[in-house]
Amino acid sequence: MNGFFDLPSDLGQSWLGLVGLHLREALLPVLAGLLVSLPVAQLCVRFRWIYPPVLGIATVLYAIPSLAFFVVLIDYFGQSETTVMIPLALYSLVVLVPAIVDGVRSVPPETLAAAQAMGFGAVRRYFQVQLPLAVPAIIAGLRVATVSSISLVSVGMLIGNQGALGNMLYAAQTYGRPALAVNAVLTIGVLGMLADAALVLLRFLLTPWMPRKGAGR
Amino acid sequence: MNVLDFARAFFGDGAHWHGYDGIPTRFAEHIGYCLEALAIAAAIGLPVGLLTGHTGRGGNALAFLATAGRALPSFGLLVLMFIWIGLGLLPVMIPLVVLAVPPILVTTYEAVRSVDPSPVDAARGMGMPETRVLFQVEVPVALPLILSGLRTAAVQIVSTATIAAYVSLGGLGRYIIDGLYQKDYEKVVGGATLVAGLALVTLAVFWAVSRLAVSPGVRRGGRG
Repeated sequence: MNGFFDLPSDLGQSWLGLVGLHLREALLPVLAGLLVSLPVAQLCVRFRWIYPPVLGIATVLYAIPSLAFFVVLIDYFGQSETTVMIPLALYSLVVLVPAIVDGVRSVPPETLAAAQAMGFGAVRRYFQVQLPLAVPAIIAGLRVATVSSISLVSVGMLIGNQGALGNMLYAAQTYGRPALAVNAVLTIGVLGMLADAALVLLRFLLTPWMPRKGAGR
Repeated sequence: MNVLDFARAFFGDGAHWHGYDGIPTRFAEHIGYCLEALAIAAAIGLPVGLLTGHTGRGGNALAFLATAGRALPSFGLLVLMFIWIGLGLLPVMIPLVVLAVPPILVTTYEAVRSVDPSPVDAARGMGMPETRVLFQVEVPVALPLILSGLRTAAVQIVSTATIAAYVSLGGLGRYIIDGLYQKDYEKVVGGATLVAGLALVTLAVFWAVSRLAVSPGVRRGGRG
């Protein structure tokens, strides 16, 4: 009888090693998506006519199945982590841009006028007024992007075992050990929920002015 | 060869338009899986969402369930169910329903709960029983948001139903999985294009439904 956390050696990693790999493969793309989506969202807020076409492209990109994305990218990046991370970064981008645009736009005009009257320039106003007030919306987008990214990494198993914890699914099939699949699904699910909880906590810390009751949602 | 060339080659090949592996067959299979999954998910999510939204209770439990549903990996669940249950449609339906219930459930709950309380009170004051308050006041006002939840779920199902091909079923994912193993990128790009196209059609259908079903007064209100 094998232990629940004993993995076949051909995975080349311990269970904890796979968890680390999984988190890196899932979270780096979200971070990249966030870094790119901030300026893109700012452009959309600044020039309103850009937003509808950007939303259109985002909708189409989001509709492309992750597996198809992976397979097409194999041609360019081989069966590597990069191939898995690029589509995940794009999905994050697509979720984050509308979230940030809505968040920044929802800042009341009086607040902006007040900031301007206090002598804030455009840059300071963005970083000290608009961005902090948009934090709840940005975190809401980040929660969706992070959780789905963590779940989608497992599909990477299909392109040459680049799926971190997802690789256990293949091992479960080849070695006839369903426990490995249970382990993979549960571990990924728990990781996703922990990441989600961490983001809720982050929002709690970043928005001290928000009402403290009923913080969860 | 870039992606556009692949797509042109795929759609230009007459062999892809006929037979059991032809585009019409795979398309019909794909739509069949999607409709079944969406129907099951709606049958679970809508009643629970309406009830909890109407009473305004259980929001935290719903939020937890929704997060859990989102966090469970669809692909992992598919493989696990395939190992446990074996060949068939059920191992595919379980992950698709788990994927689709959270957006339907949470959006419906939020939609009904956030209905302006004054018309609801007015309806109660006029002596409407609770079921009529729910179906004649709250649901019509909440309909745009409820539909948006269904729309999110439907688009996710359309794109995720491709994994059905991994467990030997059909659908548009067949092209993507076969293309992966045969190193035939034309097929992959063609399959992905079809899936993305189907997702856009889904969006258009929901847009049309909301034009038809949402009362003009609610639409003018600026939501949806």
